[in-house]
Amino acid sequence: MDASWFVVLSAFIFCVGIAGVLTRRNPLVVLLCLELMLNAGNLALVAFARAHGNHDGQVFALIVMVIAACEVVIGLGIIVAMYRRRLPIDVDEMSELRG
Amino acid sequence: MWLEQVLFFLAGVGALAGALGVVMLRNPFYSVLALVAHLIALAVLFLLLRAEFLAAAQVVVYAGAVMVLYVFVVAYIGGTDEPLRPEGGAIGALGPLIAGALGVELVIAVVGSSLSLLDTPGRGGAGFGSPASIGQLLLTKFLVAFEAASFLLLVAAVGAVVLARRRRGLEDPGAMPSGAPEGAHS
Repeated sequence: MDASWFVVLSAFIFCVGIAGVLTRRNPLVVLLCLELMLNAGNLALVAFARAHGNHDGQVFALIVMVIAACEVVIGLGIIVAMYRRRLPIDVDEMSELRG
Repeated sequence: MWLEQVLFFLAGVGALAGALGVVMLRNPFYSVLALVAHLIALAVLFLLLRAEFLAAAQVVVYAGAVMVLYVFVVAYIGGTDEPLRPEGGAIGALGPLIAGALGVELVIAVVGSSLSLLDTPGRGGAGFGSPASIGQLLLTKFLVAFEAASFLLLVAAVGAVVLARRRRGLEDPGAMPSGAPEGAHS
């Protein structure tokens, strides 16, 4: 399989993630779509690592997974804090950056 | 080599279907389950690319640990069905259009690229993608990134505890049991 197949597939997954971030209003689903976009980037990194024949891209993908885990933890913490304060779980309603 | 291609198309269709399921399912709980399916299909693709360690880490850490965190939070908040595209809005109509345009543009860029690397099936002999070689790179060439990632994880854990703890004076006092230790619920 050529690397271009994998890169095209990762482009499709990235676009599905972008569509989700732009259209969905539940912050949980927005976080899930961010995961989709990060995973698409991971797939392209691994495909290029395979094409080059060295491991640098795979280490990059591993670091991206760590960053995705951190982003999930902080995002879910913010959502739980919103729920505790009985704010609407909706990204359109949360339009002010005030604590 | 037709087996590789069949496996690629099966896993690719699975990954795309999982991604579409995340976006189009109404209940957030089902979205999380669709993302788990997507991640497992992606792990198969990683195996096709000889990234064995990465595929294992994807299944164990991502589809295992991170998704369990999601399921906990969805169960805590209460996943309710919601309309996919409520009351129109400019962004709601333009979002899929923008994403589709970006997809067409990216595919044209990849297919029309004169990058000769894109048409190679890949190099690397036996042992490519094994945990030993990844670990050696992490502890030599990418040591700084490795340490920074561990520090980032620590900061994220502390930040989650600070963000999700009970604060005094922000919610109505009747809802909170008096004398609850601060920071006990994270």
